[in-house]
Amino acid sequence: MSDTQNLTLVQAVRDGLKGELERDDDVVVFGEDVGKNGGVFRATQGLYEEFGEERVFDTPLAESGIVGTAVGMAAYGMKPVPEMQFSGFAYPGFDQIVSHAARLRTRSRSRFSVPMTLRMPYGGGIRAPEHHSESKEAFYAHEAGLKVVVPSTPHDTKGLLAAAIRDPDPVVFMEPKLIYRAFREEVPDESYTVELGEATTRREGDDVSLFTWGAMTRPSMAAAENLAGEIDVEVIDLRTLSPMDWDSIVESFKKTGRAVVVHEAPKSGGLGAEIATTIQEEALGYQRAPVQRVTGFDTPFPLYALEDYYMPEAARIEDGIREAVEF
Amino acid sequence: MTFGYGSTGGTAVSVLETDPREKVQVLAEDGSVVEGATVPDLSEETFVEMYRTMKLARHFDERAVSLQRQGRMGTYPPLSGQEGAQVGSAMALRDEDWIVPSYREHAASYVHGLTLEGTLRYWMGDERGNRLEDLNIFPVAVPIASQIPHAAGLGMAADYNDSDEVFMCYFGDGATSEGDFHEGLNFGGVFDTPTVFFCNNNQWAISVPREKQTAAETIAQKAVAYGMEGIQVDGMDPLAVYQVTSAAVERARSAEGEQLRPTLIEAVQYRYGAHTTADDPSVYREDDEVEKWKAKDPIPRLEAFLRDRGVLDDERVAELTDSIEEEVAEAIDTAEEYTRPTTESMFEHVYAGMPERLRQQQAYLDRLQSEHGDEELLE
Repeated sequence: MSDTQNLTLVQAVRDGLKGELERDDDVVVFGEDVGKNGGVFRATQGLYEEFGEERVFDTPLAESGIVGTAVGMAAYGMKPVPEMQFSGFAYPGFDQIVSHAARLRTRSRSRFSVPMTLRMPYGGGIRAPEHHSESKEAFYAHEAGLKVVVPSTPHDTKGLLAAAIRDPDPVVFMEPKLIYRAFREEVPDESYTVELGEATTRREGDDVSLFTWGAMTRPSMAAAENLAGEIDVEVIDLRTLSPMDWDSIVESFKKTGRAVVVHEAPKSGGLGAEIATTIQEEALGYQRAPVQRVTGFDTPFPLYALEDYYMPEAARIEDGIREAVEF
Repeated sequence: MTFGYGSTGGTAVSVLETDPREKVQVLAEDGSVVEGATVPDLSEETFVEMYRTMKLARHFDERAVSLQRQGRMGTYPPLSGQEGAQVGSAMALRDEDWIVPSYREHAASYVHGLTLEGTLRYWMGDERGNRLEDLNIFPVAVPIASQIPHAAGLGMAADYNDSDEVFMCYFGDGATSEGDFHEGLNFGGVFDTPTVFFCNNNQWAISVPREKQTAAETIAQKAVAYGMEGIQVDGMDPLAVYQVTSAAVERARSAEGEQLRPTLIEAVQYRYGAHTTADDPSVYREDDEVEKWKAKDPIPRLEAFLRDRGVLDDERVAELTDSIEEEVAEAIDTAEEYTRPTTESMFEHVYAGMPERLRQQQAYLDRLQSEHGDEELLE
């Protein structure tokens, strides 16, 4: 039996990076403050000391430059793992992400690929200033050629990060910073992967299927537990948002006939809409109630005095579950 | 065909220390050698190849515009007027060096080994024209300046792999206003990458003139802000371009000590034609201006120089013209013989492994094709 450590999610990020840096010389980690400082969230702590400046380095403060150089490095055959300090600051790099990282394989008829893993902390609830709280996974999931991964536990974080870094295509790896240090979990010391594109069932149930990811997994589980004995909620953590595990979604829905999608991103144009539509396309005959979406509002993310109203908390999620069940 | 000269032909790297507000020139407009200039030490055969390639690029360009007008090709960005900068710079590279182009570097890419039919196919809407097999040419980048950070990143990766390849990144004057110009050159300077940042200043970014892109006296002087050398060269003088670029390539490959490896070259030139075939330059510029620049044309300029040296005469020029026309005509025939790419290829190059949903979408299109036939489906 291999040894384990009891790690937080952000420590699992660090452990995952360390494992891949050890495993593959082509892996390099870079971004703003990721070197000596160890990252503003400490996600790269100690890696600069351990692997040296060639492998773990600070860059100028320039997101397009960071992603753009990563595209060049990846095309050359390296495995760059750049960091966007916050997802809200990734937009200067957005053109490089969608116009190049996502398209270089197509453009070169697969001569070049971009095996880049672009890490970015996302999401609200941390009492931060403006632009530090958004959830924009739908932007990236909308783009052909990108994969989008959002872990929700330390164990998955390490395994999904390793899988993302080893993947031959670009992966936007969105880290739920709200739960960076919320809880600990036993994480194996040795390297392992959690396969991309596979959802996992966090809680089995027969009455209603709840689909969620990232930081929303915890309040969703809390809501399910609060309703236990009354409503039997199945909680599915999607983990990879592109490509989505449609089989698991449809299979669960066929069992329950009712669905709730929980995401902190705004409702309109969010991935909840994609899930609801797919359920209708694939399993209309099983449907017993409208699909409920418990989401952020279609407003800019508020400053923190109001953020608890914006974020789906357990009570709102319970309300959505009841709507689905009592239809 | 590639040249792979490698050596700078005795070019002194010190040419790069020219004040970035001055303009390096070797040939005067009449083809005579400018006083004090050094003619690159190239063989007769190489001079002729340089001349032929520029002439071929001009003829190719005229045929390509004509193909577009006849509906045989899509939107195409012409390069006439810019042959000296493209051919002169690309000839300074070794085969193992890289070109990181924008979308107008048909002649530079040809020098580095890309076939004419490859270029034609891309502009005929067939992505296979962008698969450049074993050539060290990056695919065309359409969003302005966005390839500049790639060139810096490629150089960082080459360093990491202890390679001595050099990366020649092309962009236009308009690109120097983009954030990616700044970020790319800044990374190039900070990480001291083996990159030549080559600005084809053709005076016009579609309809916006050079003086509205920047209040700086020259684009070359922007290099100072990135800690690297900047140099301005007459971009319609292929010998000056070759000389300056060779020095920059040499420096990128082997600079030592305090000297940074990247260089910013501003090649001052003119786009005779439209930005693309979808553009009408008569809306924003006067014919007089075009005529003024045509007096600097790189092709008669090098021709006069070579005739004066007894390397070219009427007979040789006629032979070259015939062989160029034949080569371009053959390339067009070959490009037009290609059948449309399969619809499958639209799906198969998105990811290394095709996700289930893409597979379903491909099957759906297959079904529509087989049920309705292409003719009905695409009506």
